[in-house]
Amino acid sequence: MVQNSSIPILKLKEFLIVSIQTDLHDRMAEQLQYDILHRISETNAKGVLIDISALEMVDSFIGRTLADTARMAATLDADIVIVGMQPAVAITLVELGLSMGEVRTAINLDEGYELLAEKLKGETPHTDDADGAAVETEEDGNGTD
Amino acid sequence: MKQIEIREEADILKIRSEAKEMAQEIGFGLVDQTRIATAVSELARNVFTYAGEGEVRIESDCRPRKGIKITFIDRGPGIEDVELALTDGYSTTRSMGKGLPGAKRLMDRMEIHTHSGKGTKVTVEKWLPE
Repeated sequence: MVQNSSIPILKLKEFLIVSIQTDLHDRMAEQLQYDILHRISETNAKGVLIDISALEMVDSFIGRTLADTARMAATLDADIVIVGMQPAVAITLVELGLSMGEVRTAINLDEGYELLAEKLKGETPHTDDADGAAVETEEDGNGTD
Repeated sequence: MKQIEIREEADILKIRSEAKEMAQEIGFGLVDQTRIATAVSELARNVFTYAGEGEVRIESDCRPRKGIKITFIDRGPGIEDVELALTDGYSTTRSMGKGLPGAKRLMDRMEIHTHSGKGTKVTVEKWLPE
């Protein structure tokens, strides 16, 4: 998988933001999974917001791919929050028999961001110098991107 | 009636959106439209995965009820044990085994005709609430 999925992955500070605005078929979903994981390791992102508010349906393959992506991201020390699932999609997913139980979800980007920020704050070992300037040592070698 | 060939993954997207559009025209609400599009996606994937190609017919006639009828036809290997294939979690590929049983739950009626080595015909219907 060399090509990128055409879905943009934006970096915002320590997080990534993905907004899926197009209907996905299986190969696109797999490509997106790869792209997200690749960007996490490239940017050292601590969290990813995946906005699916434009998705009119999530079938078993897309649902599983999203859930797998979240598990894989966790091994890269990044949290994934799925944002904006339409109520009809949520109802259908449950009836389909798909459990997205482990995947964190939020109503909208704001809430999703709060979730990630809270988690990040809770995890920071240096709670007394949370400005972060001194915490960045790991990334020094990479410079700007 | 709409007839669409399944030859590549992009065709599945086309079938999903055609089915949803027809469901909307027939008068289904948003949740039912989503159920129909999702079931169609699962069944079209089965055709693509197991048979490689096939065709789908979408029609607004499922007499004596009012609703939508969608038929998936392929000349693939057929389903050896239909009962087993309708069991949640059973799959002969690396999928999760939600496709067939999930689609059945989302629709009101499902009929499967299959012959080993000759192919499979799956018909599903969703009825408008009376």
